[in-house]
Amino acid sequence: MAALQITRLKKAFGGLPAISDVSLEVEEGERRLIIGPNGAGKTTLFNLVTGDLRPDAGQIRFNGRSIEKLRPDQRAHLGLARTYQIITLFPKDTVAGNVVLSLLGLSRERWNTFDSLEKQTRFAERVHAVLERVDLAAFAQRPVSALAYGEKRRLEIAMALAQSPRLLLLDEPLAGLSREERGGVRKLIAAIPREVTVVMIEHDMDTALDLADRISVLHYGKVLAEGTRAQVVADPKTREVYLGY
Amino acid sequence: MQFWAIQTLNSLALGGLLFLLSAGFSLIFGLMRIANLTHGALFMVGAYLGATLLRWVPNLWIVALLSGLIVAAFGFLLEKFILEKLKGNVFSQVLVTLGFAYIIADFCLVTWGGDPIPIPTPPSLQQPLRVAGLAFPAFRLAVVGIAVLAAIVLYLFIERTRIGAMIRAGVDDMEMARAVGIPVRRLFSIVFCLGAGLAGAGGVIGGPIMSAYPGLDADMLPLALIVVILGGVGSLVGAFVGSFITAFVYTFGVALFPQLAYVILFLPMIFVIAFRPRGLFGKFAA
Amino acid sequence: MTRKAGIAVLVALLAAFPFAAGEFYVNLASQVFIFAIFAASINLLLGYGGLPSLGHASYLGVAAYASALLTLKAGLANWAAAPLALIGTTLMACFFGLIALRATGLGFLMLTLALSQVLWGTAYRWIALTEGDNGLRGINRPAPFGVSLDDASHFYYFALAVTLLALWLMARFVASPFGAALRGTRDQPRRMAALGHDVWMVRWLTFVYAGFWGAVSGLLFVYYHKYIHPISLSLANSAEGLLAVIAGGSGTLAGPVVGAAIVMILKNYVSAYVERWNMLLGFVFVAIVVFMPEGVVPGLKRLWQRSRSRA
Repeated sequence: MAALQITRLKKAFGGLPAISDVSLEVEEGERRLIIGPNGAGKTTLFNLVTGDLRPDAGQIRFNGRSIEKLRPDQRAHLGLARTYQIITLFPKDTVAGNVVLSLLGLSRERWNTFDSLEKQTRFAERVHAVLERVDLAAFAQRPVSALAYGEKRRLEIAMALAQSPRLLLLDEPLAGLSREERGGVRKLIAAIPREVTVVMIEHDMDTALDLADRISVLHYGKVLAEGTRAQVVADPKTREVYLGY
Repeated sequence: MQFWAIQTLNSLALGGLLFLLSAGFSLIFGLMRIANLTHGALFMVGAYLGATLLRWVPNLWIVALLSGLIVAAFGFLLEKFILEKLKGNVFSQVLVTLGFAYIIADFCLVTWGGDPIPIPTPPSLQQPLRVAGLAFPAFRLAVVGIAVLAAIVLYLFIERTRIGAMIRAGVDDMEMARAVGIPVRRLFSIVFCLGAGLAGAGGVIGGPIMSAYPGLDADMLPLALIVVILGGVGSLVGAFVGSFITAFVYTFGVALFPQLAYVILFLPMIFVIAFRPRGLFGKFAA
Repeated sequence: MTRKAGIAVLVALLAAFPFAAGEFYVNLASQVFIFAIFAASINLLLGYGGLPSLGHASYLGVAAYASALLTLKAGLANWAAAPLALIGTTLMACFFGLIALRATGLGFLMLTLALSQVLWGTAYRWIALTEGDNGLRGINRPAPFGVSLDDASHFYYFALAVTLLALWLMARFVASPFGAALRGTRDQPRRMAALGHDVWMVRWLTFVYAGFWGAVSGLLFVYYHKYIHPISLSLANSAEGLLAVIAGGSGTLAGPVVGAAIVMILKNYVSAYVERWNMLLGFVFVAIVVFMPEGVVPGLKRLWQRSRSRA
């Protein structure tokens, strides 16, 4: 069974189609890369899958279950996590505090209005483990506003990983990073366990192509080509619109 | 029969006044994204100014124009010297308009005292109009006429002029408007003056019906809010339709169930909010 | 530790206050307490939830009217009327929250304002029930455990106890996991939803909780004044509460309390000398927003830290 199955999905903004007819299937444990020029509808597709946007038509199935009518938070509880292209953290909070909010999201503890969050140690271990994974453990008590850009990117990923998702959507995780930082994030993504399905939007081909099992090329809200790296690169349509040769 | 005819005319007249009040409120909200909470106070100060000016200028329509200009000038100063300083902080701007609502209301109380000041109906419109055995107050008919005229002029201004097109662009998408070089700050100034002036003139025109009294501001502001929530932010058509719906509901509510008029007033608003949060004609949720 | 010691000293000072101060000041302090609960409940919405309510007087006023009507017209005792008034007002908050939270930001502000104006207008017009502009008189203060609260210092201790309880519970609320989630929905609602938080539910529960504490302040208010008038439901009353929060510092625990003291003291002193309270309220509003937008408590805190780092 496909982890993510998208069928004839459509979404328009004020008459302008952003996703005009997309069907996609991502197998469980697969690493799927989505590429396409700016305005191809990549982030819109993510927003439809996470529930930030409601589709005009079409179905989205997650592990066989139809999710297009669920709210974003309900989808998160099914095991869907994402990162954002534009960094979306809680700047007034500490690094650890950000991860705690992520852990709270799936914990019943989030409805507790009486006990002090600071004094609860139940999250501390898991926060530490996640921050170790992204190499931010030393910064746990720093405010997010004091982090460098690359560190914020890693925290973005850490917040998604903390939830042990079954499907992880990464929206340009390498955007704006230096060469070394990209290497770090690349390793981080490569180390994600295989039971997690990963769908990634990325422009940086050198790094991203290595990580991907299959690639989908999005163009004007449609899937233009799909297949393994070799198949997609060989496809004349891809060359024409995207690779530019 | 006479009851329904008169209440209908009363509703239309109140609807006209509400349009003069809320058209500016709606445009200011739509363009500047702020709820101008001085709007009720501007209506009230307009009425008081009218009562005073009528001693020297014995024509209600000229006085309405003068009063509107004075209130517009005040609006200009408020926008230029206070709101502009707080640009980008919408919540602070709203709080400042709230502060000024109190200052203006208390200023009126100091200047004009606590007793209501009647504003006389123009002599030429004092005779009721008799149609099919029913008597209609001529002044109220004139108010409806003025409001419809104002609506048409405003509509043409927004739809047919260059400035109007820029205002529409700003209401639709402020970032885009800025990006294409529309002088957004000047538009804010123009729209704020226009809204303040309409409210001030509306206070004078409404004077013979409601007179000028302390608390007029607090009576009018919720009506303007409901009109805009109903009709949708930044939409002239919405303000027009919302004004007349609100006026009918309010007038008949007061006449039939005086104690619960405010509850009834609020029902159409709940209905619209529940099913269409951006209002009947709004482009975005407030 | 120092924080706990500071709070203990403060409570001791407050407990000793009626022995040192005259009745005027004891009564003023009681009014500050009542207003502090009111302001703190607005702060839950504005400061921690980012939801600017301009209709919070609804909860104060409705609880006060409910208590007055239940004792005066239904003949209930205060001990029976109080929980009914609290429950009824909280249920109203449940309903108003459904409407007001269709929007956020300024839409929320407009809706809360419109809803509260409905109640205000109805209180003025439904004379058969509320006596309109005359207000309701002849309300008795309760006598918990047989102790009459008619004495100024007795009422002071009663108000102090309720206020301390209220502020303690609100402080726990803010420091709890739910409080952290609430701040999260203020700063990044979309991210919070993506993390599995039900943003709407978090806001709605906070709205209801703030309404409950508004109702508690309303009960104290009607007990203190033994009188209730539609003005308690007015925009002016909501605005004074909001002003206290902003003046003291929104999103801080001490801010609303300090702000409540400032507004109450100003109001009592100024109305003793001049009649221009509303104009002053307006000018204070403008001055604070323009010159001290973050409020007194964060401002003083910064000064204190600066002087310490220099020393």
